[in-house]
Amino acid sequence: MAEHTRAGSRSLPRLLMSPAVITLFLWMIVPLVMTLYFSVMRYNLMQPEQTGFVGFENYSYFLTDPDFWPSIWNTLILLGSVVLITVGFGLAIALLINDPFPGQGLVRILLISPFFVMPAVNALLWKHMMMNPVYGVLAQVWTFLGLKPIDWLTDYPLFSIIIMVSWQWLPFACLIFMTALQSMDREQLEAAGMDGATYFQKLWYLYLPHMARSISVVVMIEVIFLLSIFAEIYTTTSGGPGNASTNLAFLIFKQARLSFDIGVASAGALLAVILANIVAFFLIRMIGKNLD
Amino acid sequence: MQSSPNTNTTRLLIRTLVAWAVALLLFFPLLFLAVTAFKTEGQAIAVPSLWVFTPTLENFYEVQARSDYLTYAWNSIVTSVVSTLLGLLIAAPAAYSMAFSPTKRTKDILMWMLSTKMMPAVGALAPIYVLYQYASLLDTKFGLIILFTMSNLPIMVWMLYSHLKDIPHEILEAARMDGASLWDEFRHVLLPLGMGGLASTGLLCLVLAWNEAFWALSLGAAKAGTLATLVASYSSPEGLFWAKLSAASLMAIAPIIVFGWFSQKQLVQGLTFGAVK
Repeated sequence: MAEHTRAGSRSLPRLLMSPAVITLFLWMIVPLVMTLYFSVMRYNLMQPEQTGFVGFENYSYFLTDPDFWPSIWNTLILLGSVVLITVGFGLAIALLINDPFPGQGLVRILLISPFFVMPAVNALLWKHMMMNPVYGVLAQVWTFLGLKPIDWLTDYPLFSIIIMVSWQWLPFACLIFMTALQSMDREQLEAAGMDGATYFQKLWYLYLPHMARSISVVVMIEVIFLLSIFAEIYTTTSGGPGNASTNLAFLIFKQARLSFDIGVASAGALLAVILANIVAFFLIRMIGKNLD
Repeated sequence: MQSSPNTNTTRLLIRTLVAWAVALLLFFPLLFLAVTAFKTEGQAIAVPSLWVFTPTLENFYEVQARSDYLTYAWNSIVTSVVSTLLGLLIAAPAAYSMAFSPTKRTKDILMWMLSTKMMPAVGALAPIYVLYQYASLLDTKFGLIILFTMSNLPIMVWMLYSHLKDIPHEILEAARMDGASLWDEFRHVLLPLGMGGLASTGLLCLVLAWNEAFWALSLGAAKAGTLATLVASYSSPEGLFWAKLSAASLMAIAPIIVFGWFSQKQLVQGLTFGAVK
């Protein structure tokens, strides 16, 4: 690629990259080192007189917390369910509205709107107006159908969070899939139709391979944002009841802000970094080749 | 294998109905929020929900009187716009050199950048808080701008990179043959061709910064609070509050939703990350 670089200015690309690389590196390394330091110290805001090196005590405290493994599971279940729901329904909706029909433009606008709603509003809207067991819309629907209204956030806390987060991210998946579908090769589809291919054959052999890259993009972006879902849990269930909807991000928050234990929270944060790296490792192996 | 016109019409009818049903179902919670904002508190929790009533603007006045909406809105505008511009300024040169002078490590650097986004923000709260306290950045717009810029930067670099990568190298080379300087190349080739990418990247990051809640709540509560903080302050008040909550929420999300509607075509192009050729 040397010939693409300006003669005598091979350092120019490096110079142009450096602001982004250096700021990001600092943004990552400074908090990381400080977190590492805090994680081996006794550092509780409620007991400022107690300080000093404690080795791995904070880690073992965090790891043996009965909420630890449930929080890992909740993180992964939340991530997996939302990705499956949004990619599945996103593909279905995108295929449904791909061909022109009356009001296509308006349907598109209605569909994508939830993506622009801030997580705090999303959570409050669902918590109060949709899922309230007495006044909520869902309770009214259940009563109308002759069923007993469900207390969503108490009885199905994690599932409720999954609904809220999916509602937000489904439009994102739809948007990307809709755009990808518009570049499908029409002639190829018609030729397949001439040859008597069924809809599902077309779906499997033509649509899905064409969509592989955009599916990878959706999964990648969603994983980045969903690993650390916070606002929805904070505003609705506060991780409860018990630990039923506590994910790793919220457990760390509980240690830092509710127990004021910065040492233990920092140990948790480093464990979260490890989890993120494990997920990233598998993710890149699974879909990395599609992202070229 | 042409189907008869009759089955085609039936199919179109079914498709239209299903599509509208799905769209209205997904949009319904927002519609409900918007309608509730114009009710009185008593009407808001009526069962069954009221759809015919005399709308009132009472809630909006009350939100403005109680929490000075305009200050929050101004903070949201300043932090999201400035952080987006700053981010583009840092990300664009990096994306340019990755796209046009790639090395063996370019992919690794991109992946590393994205991986910095996977750590939960809450994990960095303690260090950032300590640093910000030290630098007197707590509860300042500038402090939030830095945070929003840094957390959007990886996505910005990635989006811009996928856009620039699609510009044929030959165009740049032809310009260089004609003796174009780096500045000419930038102004007459890269900027026009990369405008779409810059616009859609900027739009997405504007939305993300506008909606950011965690840092805004943790570090910007009083003076630099954004609209996300305004909404959070209505989350658990006493007594009847649905109508006021809806009004505050509507005031917080309406600007960005309307913005999103108008820019959706542009936004979509960028969001595909070059996935669509």
